[in-house]
Amino acid sequence: MWDYSEKVMDHYRNPRNVGKIDDADAIGSAGSLSCGDQLKIYLKIKDNIVTDAKFQTFGCGSAVASSSILTEMIIGKSVDEVRKITNKDIADELGGLPPEKMHCSVMGYEALEDALKNWGDYQDLDDLREPEKPEKIVCTCFNVTENLIWDAIKQNGLKTVEEVTNYTKAGGACGKCKGLIQDIIDTYYTKEKSEPKLSPTQRILKINNIIETQISPELQKDGGDINLVDIQDNKIYVKLHGKCSSCKNATLTIKRFVEQTLKTALDEDIEVIEV
Amino acid sequence: MIYLDNNATTKTDERVLDAMMPYFKEEYANPSSMYNFSKKASNALKEARGVLKDFLNAKDEKEIIFTSCGSESANTAIKGVLNYNKSKKHIITTKVEHPCVLNLYQTLEKQGYKVDYIGVNSNGDLDLEQLEAAITTDTALVSVMWANNETGVIFPIKKISEIIKSKSPDTKFFVDAVQAAGKIPLDVQENGIDLLGISGHKFHAPKGVGALYVNSKTLITPLIVGGHQERGKRAGTENVPYIAGLAKAAELAMDGLKYEATEVKRLRDKLEKNILKNIYNSRLNTGVSNRVPNTTNIGFEYVEGELILLHMSDLGICASSGSACTSGSLEPSHVLRAMNVPFTAIHGSIRFSLSRFTSEKEIDYVCEKLPEIIEKITAISPYQEELAALKAHK
Repeated sequence: MWDYSEKVMDHYRNPRNVGKIDDADAIGSAGSLSCGDQLKIYLKIKDNIVTDAKFQTFGCGSAVASSSILTEMIIGKSVDEVRKITNKDIADELGGLPPEKMHCSVMGYEALEDALKNWGDYQDLDDLREPEKPEKIVCTCFNVTENLIWDAIKQNGLKTVEEVTNYTKAGGACGKCKGLIQDIIDTYYTKEKSEPKLSPTQRILKINNIIETQISPELQKDGGDINLVDIQDNKIYVKLHGKCSSCKNATLTIKRFVEQTLKTALDEDIEVIEV
Repeated sequence: MIYLDNNATTKTDERVLDAMMPYFKEEYANPSSMYNFSKKASNALKEARGVLKDFLNAKDEKEIIFTSCGSESANTAIKGVLNYNKSKKHIITTKVEHPCVLNLYQTLEKQGYKVDYIGVNSNGDLDLEQLEAAITTDTALVSVMWANNETGVIFPIKKISEIIKSKSPDTKFFVDAVQAAGKIPLDVQENGIDLLGISGHKFHAPKGVGALYVNSKTLITPLIVGGHQERGKRAGTENVPYIAGLAKAAELAMDGLKYEATEVKRLRDKLEKNILKNIYNSRLNTGVSNRVPNTTNIGFEYVEGELILLHMSDLGICASSGSACTSGSLEPSHVLRAMNVPFTAIHGSIRFSLSRFTSEKEIDYVCEKLPEIIEKITAISPYQEELAALKAHK
């Protein structure tokens, strides 16, 4: 038996806003019958505000609950606000979902994204739009695209193939795409790491911040402390105070701890020198 | 609470519990010991072996090995046969076996065994021609379940045994009878079975005890090596209270076979007919197949199984589903997929499994409440047009 929150149970027992809006301004869908769950969402939008939302869902308890709460979350909100909603927001609003059921919240996000993609400013500009590139399907069993996997990794900080399967279903059937999913995870984190190149000032601020928030409090516990003195390329000069400064053994341990902490945070080869 | 999930596990019969209690309390001796105090324990073991011999109609008590569960029985049988004769590397089984057996074969494949998985038709019946064609003299083992846990479909064990023996007399035949025990008569001699496994908790014994039949002509390498217990085929001090319980449960099951075939079947049929008649988007997943009397598997089209179970659970009704969401994996039941159950119904498939403790009142209650549940869930389905067409057609 799944460990569903009270809110999830309330929503699948008494789903809100069930049905279809015949003159909907935007309609989105996610999933499919053969995959075991499908969600359709209908939106009424006036002056950039979602004035009404309804849903129809074929799926399990958490799929119905995710759809139901999503409609409650978006009614009355501006389209810009609605666009910011992620699957994590849906799951959080439900008081959490079991890890294996996170894909239900992703389906809500996907349907919403689909609806908004089909709506709005672009409607009259159809002719001007570039034809959409077909999205690359990674998991053929569940028709999961690379973009969806990317979004799920980004929004939820997913790190393993198993987590991606829990959130998107990709890789959950034949498993042949697990290698591809791993590639996407690797690419995401390589990109994320290389993207923010720190300026010299930013780097100094970051090092100082790490020393103040992560290293200093640890040393204070033992009655000591640490100060940043200077930074020259990969050499970081620090001064130890209190108990730490007089104890040789401790100095070695501290040097290693300070070095390790900074190395992990900065992803650089760093040498700590005591002055 | 209305318990219609007896293929998952059953309630321990009070009489079984009574038969077990003395061996927890007063008669706690190790049956192998050399003093008078151990006599009652060793007698209990001996009697239990006799009851199990009768239950399966084995030739000799020595052919019964007590185990801890159905999975252990299957593992002992399969690995036991393969390890005893390592020259043969071919195994035949079915696509619809229980995961405890299927996962073992997948492991063996990685170790170099060749495994053929025989398919079933849309009613769940085994493709005997495919089976026959697959057997060669290099086939070490044919492994088939007697009755399917999800659908209740019975495989023609005697016919399968005849096919095996006519094509390759040395090939061993293992039958997983976990879902057949207590529901239909089991006769290992009549059906030409070499090895057969059962599990106590599927027929009102407690969890944690099972048995394996290995006929005297079949030699196996033990899975659990240690003491001399079970004639060296399964080491470990015998679990006397549970074995006494298993024997009592087997005794009660033998007495109850007629009740299963008549009364349990009548209630199952009543439930089934009612659902199929009153719920337009329901279908019987097994068609006309020969089934154990307690099981029915019904698909509800365009609705999802977990949601049905959750709503039933709110009313205290327990059943199970072959849907992806309940199986822990993301794919629906491998059994229903092997049967090609249409994708409109596979995710909404529910198994109801009754027992001798199921009452008519309980079945009537389910018949009354289920249509309301299905209607409620159907109303939120995005497939209203398809549902309307289905309704008009029926």
